[in-house]
Amino acid sequence: MTFYHGDLQAVRDLVREGEVHRDVYTDPDVFAYEMEHVFANTWVYVGHASQIPKTADFVTTTIGIKPVVMVRHSDGSIRVLHNRCPHKGTRVANEACGNAGRFFRCPYHAWSFRTDGSIAAIPLPQGYEGTGFETSRAAEGMAAVGAVHVYRDFVFARLHPRGIGFTEFFGESLSSIDNMIDRSPVGKLEIAGGVLRYVHRCNWKMLVENLTDTCHPMVAHESSAGTAVAVWKQQPEGTPRHPAVEIFAPFVSPYQFYEGMGIRVWPNGHGHTGVSHSIHSDYSAIPGYFEQMVAAYGEERAREILGTNRHNTVYFPNLTVKGPIQAMRIFKPIAADRTMVESWTFRLVGAPDQLLARTLMYSRLVNAPTSPVGHDDLEMYERAQDSLHSDANPWVNMQRLYDPQEAGIATATANGTTEWQMRNQFRAWRHFMAAVP
Amino acid sequence: MIADAEAIGFVLHEARLIDEQRFDEWLDLFTADGHYWMPLEPDQADPVLHNSLFYDDLLLLRIRVERLKGAKTYSQKPKSRCHHLLQQPMVENRTSEGCVTWTAFHYLETRMGEQAFFAGWSRHHLVRQEGRLRMHLKRVDLVNADSAFGSIQLFM
Repeated sequence: MTFYHGDLQAVRDLVREGEVHRDVYTDPDVFAYEMEHVFANTWVYVGHASQIPKTADFVTTTIGIKPVVMVRHSDGSIRVLHNRCPHKGTRVANEACGNAGRFFRCPYHAWSFRTDGSIAAIPLPQGYEGTGFETSRAAEGMAAVGAVHVYRDFVFARLHPRGIGFTEFFGESLSSIDNMIDRSPVGKLEIAGGVLRYVHRCNWKMLVENLTDTCHPMVAHESSAGTAVAVWKQQPEGTPRHPAVEIFAPFVSPYQFYEGMGIRVWPNGHGHTGVSHSIHSDYSAIPGYFEQMVAAYGEERAREILGTNRHNTVYFPNLTVKGPIQAMRIFKPIAADRTMVESWTFRLVGAPDQLLARTLMYSRLVNAPTSPVGHDDLEMYERAQDSLHSDANPWVNMQRLYDPQEAGIATATANGTTEWQMRNQFRAWRHFMAAVP
Repeated sequence: MIADAEAIGFVLHEARLIDEQRFDEWLDLFTADGHYWMPLEPDQADPVLHNSLFYDDLLLLRIRVERLKGAKTYSQKPKSRCHHLLQQPMVENRTSEGCVTWTAFHYLETRMGEQAFFAGWSRHHLVRQEGRLRMHLKRVDLVNADSAFGSIQLFM
């Protein structure tokens, strides 16, 4: 057992160039440090503007394990507030989403708050006269998080008031969100189709690493994707192409396919698989969609948008998007050994409904609690979560295609089977695992 | 015309086939265009433009069943087991083509010493084809359909 009380350097030393110590996945102290530092110093995805179109619409969520509420303020701006009453700590907004009406009202003592978090009223206010209340922390109301940035309707927040700026933090990685939005003929996305929530008994980082782990699909998913291909081959000749088989089959592509697709790394732990092509490249065309895109953007630009088929883009620390199918997952940490995976889907405004139907089917077959592909993956994470307690070797290896020069390279494109992006994430983890500047 | 007793017998038999993991026989209870649907929301009307936990046609169900048998299906090493407890099915919506049964149930799925408990209502949309009852839709509404879940690997 290791204790890290107060020793941030010891926590950072758990990350080496080609390996990381198992305590980053198993140790509750290290998890607590992640919540205090990594999730406070970085820009964490909160929600999408389409979820709160009207004044006082709200969505409740977490940044790390901190409860927050995203709300449309009366001036039209989007605010992110700590979701606790400044009085006794009671959670104020309780539903997953809703409308606050004129004010948020705490159900315990009826303190009420404007949609920017400021106090609107407290019953029996004379009880606070002469008490110095106006200089207390409680007088701040429902405190806003450190900073909020809305990028093309994607709402991100940094818990700490000081730190790296939004644009510097994400840099070129925003191109994956851009591509997803540009796939709408009118350049607009809407959250649609509900959210699938899948509880994983493993550390959140295992899921994020797996996003760019291109040496596992043909092994771990032989059971699901391989079986889908085998069952499909038994169908009578001339059976129309099945959309589910189209989704499953590319998972069991050979190593060469994944080597060739490429991986790109960006600063601050962001990166993506599928530089040249991906498992999403060869889906059947949806009638009328290409024509809509050409009408909106012109043929050259439409081909450029639709020809970009990035696989998973990692937005460090815990968001991923799939532009070609308009899907997004958030890996919400709950404890060192527990993670909630939320799978969200978007409607491309102005595009045919079949695109939404396809992304819903993808999420249902790959990322739901009922997904064969999801079962394959979770089995591997849970086996690791348990067996990392072995003392035979406390280190987890991440050396595939390691180059000692790479730590000094900010942006690069590499062989699609490199573990560079995993190392990139851990370099960012070590960097942001620091006291606030 | 489907007699109440015949419809009820179908529902009880169907649950038993799942509990005994006789999945090939279970698949044979569906019509060729049959679906197994588990909505994600209470009272969900649309299985296509709103997501579901399951919305499988027969090919997808066949893939799941073959996967459960697979030598390289590591999430089934060791295998899951399950148990249904059904309330007396009620027969409703009788038409010339068939009927719908409504059955409250408890369901338990277990693997490696952990067990997950579910409760809900099943609706079997039954028709007679070539003298045999088959279901062209089995809809399973969990009481907490909109909740977060761990893995659900078998069928309710």
